[in-house]
Amino acid sequence: MTPVIVLKRIGMAFVTVCLATVMTFVLLRLTPGNAIDAWARDYATQFGITLEEAYRRIAAMINYNPNEPLHEQFVRYISGLLQGNLGVSMVYQQITVNSIIANAMPWTIFVATISLFISFVIGMLLGVRMAWKRNSILEPSVSLFTVITSAIPDFIFAILLLVVFAYGLNWFPVNGAYDPFVTPGFNLDFIVSVLYYAAMPILTFVITNIGGWALMMKGNAVSVLGEDYIIAAKARGISESVIMNRYVMKNAMLPMITMLAITFGSMLGGATLIENIFQYPGIGYFLGEATRTRDYTVMQGIMLFLSVTMIVANLIADLVYSKLDPRIKVEG
Amino acid sequence: MRGMIDFFRIICHNKRSLIGLIILIIFILMATVGPFIFKLNMTVDYNNRYLSPSLEHWLGTDFAGRDTFIQLVHGSKEVLLVGLLAAFFTLFVGALLGTLSGLVGGRLDSGIMLITNLFLTIPSFPILIIMAAIFSIRDPVSFALVLSAWSWPGLTRAVRSQIISLKERDFIVICKVMGMSKPHIIFKELMPSITSFLSISFIMTMRGAITGSVGIMMLGLAPYSPTNWGQMLNLAVSQTGGIFNPLGFIYLFSPILCLALFQLGSIFFANGIDEALNPRLRG
Repeated sequence: MTPVIVLKRIGMAFVTVCLATVMTFVLLRLTPGNAIDAWARDYATQFGITLEEAYRRIAAMINYNPNEPLHEQFVRYISGLLQGNLGVSMVYQQITVNSIIANAMPWTIFVATISLFISFVIGMLLGVRMAWKRNSILEPSVSLFTVITSAIPDFIFAILLLVVFAYGLNWFPVNGAYDPFVTPGFNLDFIVSVLYYAAMPILTFVITNIGGWALMMKGNAVSVLGEDYIIAAKARGISESVIMNRYVMKNAMLPMITMLAITFGSMLGGATLIENIFQYPGIGYFLGEATRTRDYTVMQGIMLFLSVTMIVANLIADLVYSKLDPRIKVEG
Repeated sequence: MRGMIDFFRIICHNKRSLIGLIILIIFILMATVGPFIFKLNMTVDYNNRYLSPSLEHWLGTDFAGRDTFIQLVHGSKEVLLVGLLAAFFTLFVGALLGTLSGLVGGRLDSGIMLITNLFLTIPSFPILIIMAAIFSIRDPVSFALVLSAWSWPGLTRAVRSQIISLKERDFIVICKVMGMSKPHIIFKELMPSITSFLSISFIMTMRGAITGSVGIMMLGLAPYSPTNWGQMLNLAVSQTGGIFNPLGFIYLFSPILCLALFQLGSIFFANGIDEALNPRLRG
C-alpha cells in the first residue's frame, strides 16, 4: 500500500466521521422540543432564574439550544465536540455523557475481547480440521450447529442461558458486572468475580459466533489445501500436524484477521440487547436505559462514540489487511 | 407458468427447501387466516392465570389469564407484516441505487458509494433503537421504514457488484453492439440474471428485519402491539417473572420457538431458491 492510498483511506474515514457527526446532530434536532422546554422550565423554577437564562445554561451544558438559528446550533455543537465534550445527561443532570461512556466502555470491551478471542480460536481449529478431514462427523455437526445458531437470534440465546443457568440451576448470577461485596481493584477476589459475572454474556457471544468463524476458516483452508506449496510439503514428507498447524492454519487465517477488527467494532454496538437482558453495565445497557428514559444527549453521545469506533475499526482492518497479505490488490 | 411449475418442482426436490417452504406457508396461514379464526380477547382475568394447555386454551394462559396461542397468532400477523414491508422497502431502494451505481458509474457511483459506506459503518442496532425512540413507532409502516433505513446499504453494495460483473459479460456487450435500447438491456437482460439473488436477499432481509423488530419490541421501545412476539418476550422477561417461574415457561417459550422456526424456515427456503433459480448450482 503506497502512502498515497493510506492517506486516501484515512481521508475517507475522516469524511465518514464528519458525516456521522452531522447525522447525530440531525438526530438531536429531531428531538421533540418539549423535552428541552420541560427541562428549562424545571431548571428555571429550581434556581429561581428566568426561562431565558435557564435555556442559556442548559445550552451550555448540552451544546444545544433549539431556540438559536440553525447555523449557530451547529457551530455550538461542533465546538463542543472538538473540546471532547458530549454534554450532560438530560435525566441525571449532574452526570456527563463522557463519564457514562468511560464507565461503561471497559465492561463492553472486556466481554467483546474475551468472547471474540475464544470464538475465533475455537472456530479456527474447527475450520481447519473440517477442511482436512472432509468425511468425518465433524463437518455435518458443525454445519448443523451453525444453521441453528444463525437461525436463533443472539438475544434468544441470552434469555435461554438466563433461564437455564441463572434461574434454573443457580450457577451464575442474574445481573450486574461483579459481586457488590468485593472491593473493586486489582485483587484476586475482584478479578474472579468479574469473570464469573461476565461468563454468561461471553458464552452468548461465543455460541453465536463460533459457527461463522468455523465455516469461514474451512472455506479458506480448503482453498489453501489446493495450493502447490501444500502438495510440495506433503511430497517432502513433512508431518501432517506441521502442515496443518503451520502451513494451512497460518495462510487460511490471514483473510480472517481483518474480519476481527470489523467484528469487534460491530460487537460493541451489537451488545445492546444482550447487555440489557443480563443487565450488564456496558455501553449497550446505558444506551437502552437512555432510550427508555428519552435521555437524548446520552443517546446521541453514545451513538457518535460507537460510530467513530466502527469507522476506526474498519480503517484499521483496511490498513492491516494489505500489510498482512501482500497478494491482495489494493484499489485506490 | 411453466417456469413456476419448474420452480416448485425443484423446491420440492430439495428436502431442505421443501421443509422451509412448508414452515413459511404455515406461518403465512397463521398470520393471514389465523386472526379471523381465533378472536383476540385481552381482558385481564386473574382467576385463570397460568393455566396449563387444554382444549380450550391450546397453549395455556399467560400471567393475566389470556390465551397464549391466540396472542401468538395475532402477533405473527404483526411480526410478518413488519418484516414483509421492511423487505419491500429495502429491496426497492437497494436494487434501484445498486443498479444505478453499477450501470452509470463515475461521479454518481462514487456519491452513492460514499453514502452507502457511511450507512454501513454506523452501527445499525443502536441507531435503530434511537430512531424507534425519536419517531415513537406506532404502526407497522413506520416500523418497517425505520428498519429498512439501515438495511438497504448492504443490498446496494451487493447489487452494484453483481451489475458491474454482469455488464462486462459477453452477452451484454453483444446487446450493446447490436444497438439494443438501455431499458431493454436493464429489464430484459440484466434483471433476470439477478432475480435469484434478489429473491434470496428479500427473504434474508425479511429475516433480519423480523429479528430487529422483535429485538426493539423486546426492549420495550415500540410498545404499540401487545401481542407482537417481542412484546410478549418483554412482558415474559420484565413483568411476569416468566423467566424464573416455571408456570410462565409456555408463555416465554412460544414466541421464542416461533421466531426460531420462522428463521429456520427462511434459511432453508432461501437455500432452495438459490438452487432453483441458479442453474449453475444444479448438478
